[in-house]
Amino acid sequence: MLTGDDVQAILLTLRLAATTVALLLLIGTPIAWWLARTKSRLKGPVGALVALPLVLPPTVIGFYMLVAMGPWGPIGKLSSALGLGTLPFTFTGIVIASVVYSMPFVVQPIQNAFEAMGNRPLEVAATLGANPVSAFFTVALPLARPGFVTATILGFAHTVGEFGVVLMVGGNIPGKTRLISVQIYDHVEAMEYANAHWLAGGMLVFSFLVLLALYSRRKDRVDA
Amino acid sequence: MHEAAARNGITARFGLDFPSFALDVDLVLPARGVTAIFGPSGSGKTTVLRCVAGLERATTGFLAYDGQVWQDEARRVFVPTHRRPIGVVFQEASLFQHLSVMGNLKYGMTRAGLSPEQAGLDAIVALLGIEHLLARGTKTLSGGERQRIAIARALLRRPRLLLMDEPLAALDLKRKSEILPYLERLHDELDIPILYVSHAPEEVARLADHLVLMDGGKVIAQGPLSETMGRLDLASRFADDVSVVLPVTIGAHDDDDLTRLDFASGAIVVGRRPEPVGRKLRCRIRARDVSLSLGNHADMSIVNILPATVTALGETPVPGHILVETALSGGERLVARITKRSSTQLGIRPGVPVYAQVKAVALFGE
Repeated sequence: MLTGDDVQAILLTLRLAATTVALLLLIGTPIAWWLARTKSRLKGPVGALVALPLVLPPTVIGFYMLVAMGPWGPIGKLSSALGLGTLPFTFTGIVIASVVYSMPFVVQPIQNAFEAMGNRPLEVAATLGANPVSAFFTVALPLARPGFVTATILGFAHTVGEFGVVLMVGGNIPGKTRLISVQIYDHVEAMEYANAHWLAGGMLVFSFLVLLALYSRRKDRVDA
Repeated sequence: MHEAAARNGITARFGLDFPSFALDVDLVLPARGVTAIFGPSGSGKTTVLRCVAGLERATTGFLAYDGQVWQDEARRVFVPTHRRPIGVVFQEASLFQHLSVMGNLKYGMTRAGLSPEQAGLDAIVALLGIEHLLARGTKTLSGGERQRIAIARALLRRPRLLLMDEPLAALDLKRKSEILPYLERLHDELDIPILYVSHAPEEVARLADHLVLMDGGKVIAQGPLSETMGRLDLASRFADDVSVVLPVTIGAHDDDDLTRLDFASGAIVVGRRPEPVGRKLRCRIRARDVSLSLGNHADMSIVNILPATVTALGETPVPGHILVETALSGGERLVARITKRSSTQLGIRPGVPVYAQVKAVALFGE
């Protein structure tokens, strides 16, 4: 069965995923909006930058995040100046790393939804007297809702499943940075296969259910 | 000069330079009635409408409505779309899918700070015949119903100018004929000017009072509907649809199931009409439905024979044919399309008195 450490790892993982997704919806929505609507030449480079975590080995992201958060890195200098100390091997540190790592999984579905919507609903809103801010909240956001649901599910599931980045940035501190994936690794290293099975099997079922919900929902949408 | 003209109606000058398309128009439009902007696709008519709405910003431009300047690039003035008192109806109804029919209707109304009473919700809903749709979602509506709701939604913010961009083009023939009567009612009952973009001569003849003819990003002609649609020098633009539109009044319903339509130069008889005596209608007469003779023959089945004088001859893209412009006794113009052969045989030339035989007319609500 699950040990006390396992439960702690599960709760920490859920907290990390929830925090990360919440932050990503706040940061990712304006980025997605900009990417969907800009005619700037920066669209290509910014879009590629956001998508990088899709292809980079997590260790590469983890390594650079570690360097950036170190005492001489830009994030490290900023966090020291703000009196937060350095961030590696803290919960805040793995939140920041997760935000970067899961960025494309949140930005891209929202961006797709904004692009699919096109310009017309916003033009209609303007001709009906809605200023751009009001049009965004009363028309663009509601119409992009399916994209936001997809983004939330994918962002959450992807953060729950990360390993390399958090191991590099967070290490293995119980209750602070030891997540489910790291806990499984520890169990296997210690030859505790039964314990590993409980967590690994749980992850398998969780991931399958998430994707099942996602793909079933998409089918509904097509029908509607 | 523009500033002076701007005090009444719409004054618009737009210049735009895209790599594939340039727009250069200068318009003075009346403050009342329906102005149709007519032209083939790619002529820039929709761009003009978008510039008036502020959805497109002409690089050089001046736009004033009723003395209010909405755009003056010389002074860097540009009133954004949401601050212009306009209503816009697009080709696709573009209803907000996430709102109910009522939610759509109220969107512009509440933003204009109007209560349902102030906006005239009941009257507008009745005008467009959408009472039974108010509680519905937007997904189950037909194309015609969607477009009527879009029109009501635009009207409910009490715009001072209504812009319509080919509102019927996306509908099939059946839906078109379902909506046209509502558009005619708009024309009759609204006291705000309407700019109506269309490439369908049929709609223009039915709805417009004033016509702006566009091609290649330029205005080819503008003027009152009948004069412009029957102008011989513009005949190639209308091809088979060259026609004049006469205002007529129902004069009498005769016993033999015929109705007499009176106008300045006389009368035209048509099959019995449902409208009461005294009702004003517009009567469209296509050039192809008018033939000419030199004498007034009584031994003919055509009953509508009007004395006229030839004023001009013009080309038509229809092979072997020629257009003949005539003036009726009351001053109205009538255009006939006859073969070149009969024109030669009859010796048709300006000044010749003729009898115009009208074979068919189309009648629309005034």
